[in-house]
Amino acid sequence: MDPVILSRLQFALTIGFHYIFPPVTIGLAWLIVWFMTKYARTGEKNLEDEIYYRATTRFWLKLFTLTFAVGVATGLTMAFQFGTNWSGYSRFVGDVFGPPLALEAISAFFLESTFLAILIAGWDRVSKRTLWFSSLMVAIGSTLSGLWILIANSWMHTPKGYKPVYENDELVKVELTSFWKAALNPSSVPRFLHTIDGALITGAFFMVGVSAFYILKGENKRFAKECMKVALIVAFLTSLAQPMIGHYHAVQVAETQPEKFATYELIEGDGTGAPMPLFAILDPSSEEPIFRIDVPFPDALGIVFFFDPNHDFQSLDELEDEGWPLPPQSLTFYPFHLMIALGFLFILMSGLGLFLLKNDRLYNESKVSKLYLFASILCIPLPFIANELGWIATEVGRQPWIVYRLLRTEDAISPNVAAGEILFSIILFTSIYILLFFLWMFLLIREIHRGPEMPTQIKNEGI
Amino acid sequence: MPTNLEIAWFLIIGFIFVVFAILDGFDLGIGFWHLFTKGEEERNLMFKAIGPLWDGNEVWLIAGGAGLFAAFPLVYATFFSGLYLAVMVLIWALIFRAISFEFRNELTSHKWRRFWDFAFAFGSVLTAFLLSVALGNVLHGFPMDEEQNFNGAFLDLLNPYALIIGVLGVAMFCTHGAAYLSLRTEKEIQIRTKNWLFYGWIVYIILFIIVSGYTIVGQEHLMDNYEDKPYLWVVPILTLTSIFLIREFSSRDLNLLAFIASALSITMIMVLVGIALYPNMIPATDPNLTISIADAAASSKTLEIMLIIGLVGFPIIILYTAWVYKTLVFEKVQANSTSY
Repeated sequence: MDPVILSRLQFALTIGFHYIFPPVTIGLAWLIVWFMTKYARTGEKNLEDEIYYRATTRFWLKLFTLTFAVGVATGLTMAFQFGTNWSGYSRFVGDVFGPPLALEAISAFFLESTFLAILIAGWDRVSKRTLWFSSLMVAIGSTLSGLWILIANSWMHTPKGYKPVYENDELVKVELTSFWKAALNPSSVPRFLHTIDGALITGAFFMVGVSAFYILKGENKRFAKECMKVALIVAFLTSLAQPMIGHYHAVQVAETQPEKFATYELIEGDGTGAPMPLFAILDPSSEEPIFRIDVPFPDALGIVFFFDPNHDFQSLDELEDEGWPLPPQSLTFYPFHLMIALGFLFILMSGLGLFLLKNDRLYNESKVSKLYLFASILCIPLPFIANELGWIATEVGRQPWIVYRLLRTEDAISPNVAAGEILFSIILFTSIYILLFFLWMFLLIREIHRGPEMPTQIKNEGI
Repeated sequence: MPTNLEIAWFLIIGFIFVVFAILDGFDLGIGFWHLFTKGEEERNLMFKAIGPLWDGNEVWLIAGGAGLFAAFPLVYATFFSGLYLAVMVLIWALIFRAISFEFRNELTSHKWRRFWDFAFAFGSVLTAFLLSVALGNVLHGFPMDEEQNFNGAFLDLLNPYALIIGVLGVAMFCTHGAAYLSLRTEKEIQIRTKNWLFYGWIVYIILFIIVSGYTIVGQEHLMDNYEDKPYLWVVPILTLTSIFLIREFSSRDLNLLAFIASALSITMIMVLVGIALYPNMIPATDPNLTISIADAAASSKTLEIMLIIGLVGFPIIILYTAWVYKTLVFEKVQANSTSY
């Protein structure tokens, strides 16, 4: 077996698995801040509200903590894997890529883990205000962690703020020339907004689904209805924002990574007046489209992305003629379009939910309401899947480069690590990750069945 | 010769690993003693003594790794790829340990808990051992090729010098864990933890003397600074004194001082390591290929920016970490209370 393929496989497995967890924790962290605010504002007089918000917050916190722990455990791998499997990469980019990673640890990891300790064990020891502040720090910490790792990742897509260093006419590494140019490279801001919005969608749909479960079971009514309402509003607003942020991100990709954009949108010929594909089937071996349905108006791609029917995109053919290598077509195209389809489904689902809620038809036990609530439970995994699809599309779309037009993936591995050793570590990680995944699911479901811990009367009193 | 900026980063990385060893060190040590606890109540107590803190403690290791990547990319690349299998097993052990910690108390079933108890102890000891063996190998020196990549065999990593440092590390963390436990427990359990401290301490001090002798006799490349500047011998003497004091304080029931002496001994050992390596970071079997601080350091631009970030960030981190410890830690743990 080829060590390059194995190292790539291991990286994809470990980060793909890790990436299940952080988005939902970021989303939940901000929703927890909301409920913590409610809790902190309950006065001494209203004991019932105090018990209620305390239990509500602690319930979501419990689910958060379980997920966070898995995220930390699997994140450990990521901190060392650049060195173990990608020492060529580490030597080449360490000067530029290392600082955001160090910043992630300094500004985010300490913050979230330390203040989470207060949220886990401090309920009887600190004031409401301190608890509230701690929840805010956890949410800020988890978001900052996303910011720095996405900045590091963005630099691999659109490197800026560096200078190449040559030894004997060979490009051996890059050095930082401007921290701000490197950090605020063209894809950092759109990628951050897009990913964090995805995280909020994930957290919100998770809360909608869990609340729907209680309503269908007729349990925890007051709790479920309030969580449903808050989460539906967040889900709708964030889902609605996503096409706009996605548009902003896509325009940036078209401008800075034309190979990826042409692969996303199957741009052929000379690239002017390109059609916009809605659906296509690619030939498995040649990766050419054998069947495609386009948006039924001419020059759609230019109009949608640049408000200009005559926009001249760089097509796959043109880029190939210029000598640029192209990413794998299928593994970039399908995930990208599936992600977009899911994105629109999120708008529909959350919009429908708000509509039913507004017209008092969400909880009336009619067929529509039951069907909707049931569908909401089934929707829980979909944002997780959309996150993964987006990640696949963007990373595969950068291939064969590990740093766009600077370093090839095959030149980035550790030259001294043998294929057998990588195979061994893949088995090691796969075994523990499977165990971890089932444990997480099992404990999560058990915790949901158990529900928030509060007196039945407070739980069920409708609002 | 390294610049001041590079030396500053050598010290900062050292500082991060010292804090990691002191903080995560006690929970690694507790993992070992966990095997010798009697009854469910005592085991719960162990877990409560670590409480929700392990996660923040482990972040210091991640910070050390990331700091190394940013400040000394070459060391990061050579060290982690060179010790590939050991690092993979280390990560696996750390994950296993983290899961056991989070999930053990989720179910009350006896079998479930016993399984995770064992996983926790196993993961902790393996982590302590592998970290120390890795450090031992750095001290021993890597076989390297022209590109400064490790080119030895896996068995080269299992040399006697590194292995004995591995055991020394386990003994050090065990002593430290017992010192922490005797600080946080009372009555019969406290007496037992002080016995544990004694057993750990005997191995710790004996192995420290053996390893020191082995280094003087067998690892001459580590002795340059001590030969040039004889006053540096004060460091090993202070180290030995602080190890000696752990037991002295503990037997006089000065448990806080015993814990501080233990933390100090860990710090001094890291200082010893730093002096032995300076101005190098990874000695090579062929001295011409040795990776020095100056070879490995990132550009001065990167180091400058990182220094500013570190000087702003770490004081804040230390402040709130201290506050959280003060809020959650400084009282005795009770087996039957619901809080930590």
